[in-house]
Amino acid sequence: MTTPANLKFMTSDEWVKLEGNVATVGISDYAQNQLSDIVFVEITVAVGDQVKKNAVGATIESVKAAADVNIPVSGKVVEINEAISQSPEVINSDPYGAGWLFKIELANPGELDTLMDAAAYDQYCAERSH
Amino acid sequence: MTEPTVFEMSSPGRCGFKFPAPDVPAAPLPQGFVRQSLNLPELSEVDVIRHFTHLSQLNYSIDGGFYPLGSCTMKYNPKVNEETARLPGFAHAHPLQPIETVQGCLALMFELQEWLKEIGGFAGVSLQPSAGAQGELTGVLIIRAYHRSRGDTRRNKMLLPDSAHGTNPATTAMAGFEVIPLPTDARGNVDLQVLLSHCDDTLAGLMLTNPNTLGLFDENLLEVVEAVHKAGGLVYGDGANLNALVGVARPGDLGIDVMHYNLHKTFSTPHGGGGPGSGPVGVAEHLVDFLPGPLVKIVEEATEEMPPLYGLVMPPYTIGRVKSFYGQFGVLVRAYTYINMLGPDGLRKVAEYAVLNANYLLSKLKGKYSLPYDRVCMHEFVLEGKWDDCPEIHALDIAKRLMDYGFHPPTNYFPLIVHEALMIEPTETESKQTLDAFADALLKIAEEARANPQVLKDAPHSTPVRRLDEVKAARDLVLCCWTPGQ
Repeated sequence: MTTPANLKFMTSDEWVKLEGNVATVGISDYAQNQLSDIVFVEITVAVGDQVKKNAVGATIESVKAAADVNIPVSGKVVEINEAISQSPEVINSDPYGAGWLFKIELANPGELDTLMDAAAYDQYCAERSH
Repeated sequence: MTEPTVFEMSSPGRCGFKFPAPDVPAAPLPQGFVRQSLNLPELSEVDVIRHFTHLSQLNYSIDGGFYPLGSCTMKYNPKVNEETARLPGFAHAHPLQPIETVQGCLALMFELQEWLKEIGGFAGVSLQPSAGAQGELTGVLIIRAYHRSRGDTRRNKMLLPDSAHGTNPATTAMAGFEVIPLPTDARGNVDLQVLLSHCDDTLAGLMLTNPNTLGLFDENLLEVVEAVHKAGGLVYGDGANLNALVGVARPGDLGIDVMHYNLHKTFSTPHGGGGPGSGPVGVAEHLVDFLPGPLVKIVEEATEEMPPLYGLVMPPYTIGRVKSFYGQFGVLVRAYTYINMLGPDGLRKVAEYAVLNANYLLSKLKGKYSLPYDRVCMHEFVLEGKWDDCPEIHALDIAKRLMDYGFHPPTNYFPLIVHEALMIEPTETESKQTLDAFADALLKIAEEARANPQVLKDAPHSTPVRRLDEVKAARDLVLCCWTPGQ
C-alpha cells in the first residue's frame, strides 16, 4: 500500500490528515500489518474532550497484541468514528480511509511540525523491518 | 474432531444411576417450579467414561510430549510430588482445624519458607499469594506500603522494561502507580541511559525480570539496581525466570528488594490451563514487616521432650491477607517435595542443565532462524519466525506445523519487541535425543517454508482439529450451548 503523501506520522505509527483546522487520526498500514487481524477497538476519548498530544486516544487489540493509539496533536475532539467498533477489520483493509479513529480541532498547529512526512515515515518503516 | 458432544450422544431414557427409594415422605414442589423437561444429556456410565477418556487423550500434556512453551517452564513434574500431596495428613487437613492438630502441615510450611529464603537470598518469605501475578501485585503493594510508611508519598512512577510480561504493567496500574516503559538496548539489556533519566524522587521502583523474556541476563544488572536504589526506589524482581538461576545466584544478593517465586514453574507442580499456581513472595530485611500474612513461625521453642510448636503470625505492618487461609497448600507440598528430593546440588544442576539445554538448541537453530539478540542465552531464547525469501510465512505457521511433528509449539508473538517471535524454553528435564528431534523438526520446517510453503499455511494436518479461526473466535464472542433438535 502506498503511503498517502498528504499525511503526517508519529514514531508510534499514528497518521494525521489536516483539513482546514481539523486533524483526522488513524493508524498506519505498517501498524495494522504488524498487529495483524484487528478484533477490537475502543476509542477512549469523546466528542468535546480537550486532549493533549501523546495521551492515549484509543486501544486496539489484534489476535497478536494490544496497542495504545497516541494522540498526535492537542485540541478538542470533534468527531469519533462510531462505526469502527462494530467493524474493526476495516482498519486492516482501509487504514488511511474508512479506518480513521477520531478528529481533533487543533489547539496548536505548530505541533504538526514535530511529525514525520510520508517519505520520512516510509524510510522509518523500512529501517524497522530488518 | 471425531468425538461427538454428550448432547449428540444422548439417547432418551438412558441412565447411568438409579436413585434409592426416598426414606422420607414425598412432598410436592410448588406449582411454578415444576418443569417437564430439563434438556440434560441422557447417557450410561460407560458412555460418559469413554467420552471423557477420549477427550483426555486428545489433550497434549507434558506427560505426553515435549512442551517448549517459552516463559512457562513446562518441566516434567516428578510423580513423587503427587504421592506426597496425597498423604492423608496433608490431603485431609482442614484449614479451620485447631493449630495443635496440624503441626505437620505448619512444619512443612515453615521449612519451605526457610528454604525459599535461602534460595532467594531474602530475609522473609510469605507463602500466601496463589500465583505469579498475585505475587507480583503483593510485591508492588509491599513497595507502596514501604514508601507510605516513610511518608514518602510523591513516589508514583514504576519503571518497566518493554520486554516485561503483561502482568507487570497490569500490577503497576492496579497498585495505582504510573507505568513508565523502558526501552531495551541493542544487546537486550535495560537501556541504562533512559533508566537514569527517570531516577528522581518520584520513582517508586523498577520491576525487573532477570533473565529477561529474551532469555538474557542483564549485563548491567548491578548498575541498574544501584541507580534505582540511589534515587530512593525499590527493585521488584519478577521470579518468572528463576529456573535459570536457582542454586547458582541469589536475587537478594544482587540487590533485589522483593521477588515472587513461581512454585508451579521453578519447583515443578503441574500447571497450565490456569492453575493451580503458587507465588510466594520473598523480601529483604527492610520489608519483612510489610509481608502479607499469616506467616508460620515457631511460637514455642523445642525442648528435649517436645518438638517446637508452630503458630500463625501476622507481621506488624502487614499489607493484610491476599488469600483466604494459608496459600495454595497442595502446591506447597509438591514444591517442598521437589526441593527436598533435589537438595542444594540438585537444584543447582536444574539451572545448569536448563541453560545448557537452551544453548544446545540455540546452537543447532542459529543460522537457519534469525536470532535478533545474538548472545549466549540463559534458560530460553527468542528467534524470529520469518525469512526474507518467503515473506508469506509467519511465526504462527511455523508453530502450527510443529504440531504435525508431535511437539507443542513454542510461545509466539511474545516478547513484543521481537518481530514474529518464537520463544523457546526446553527446560532441564529433556534429553539430548528429544532436543535433537525438536531441532530437526524446526530445521525441516525451515526447508519446507521454501520448498512447499502451502504445507505450513495449511498446518496442522495431523491434529484432532485443523487450524482454528482465531480471528472469528476473538471477534464473534458468542458462545452458544447447542442441543440437538433446538
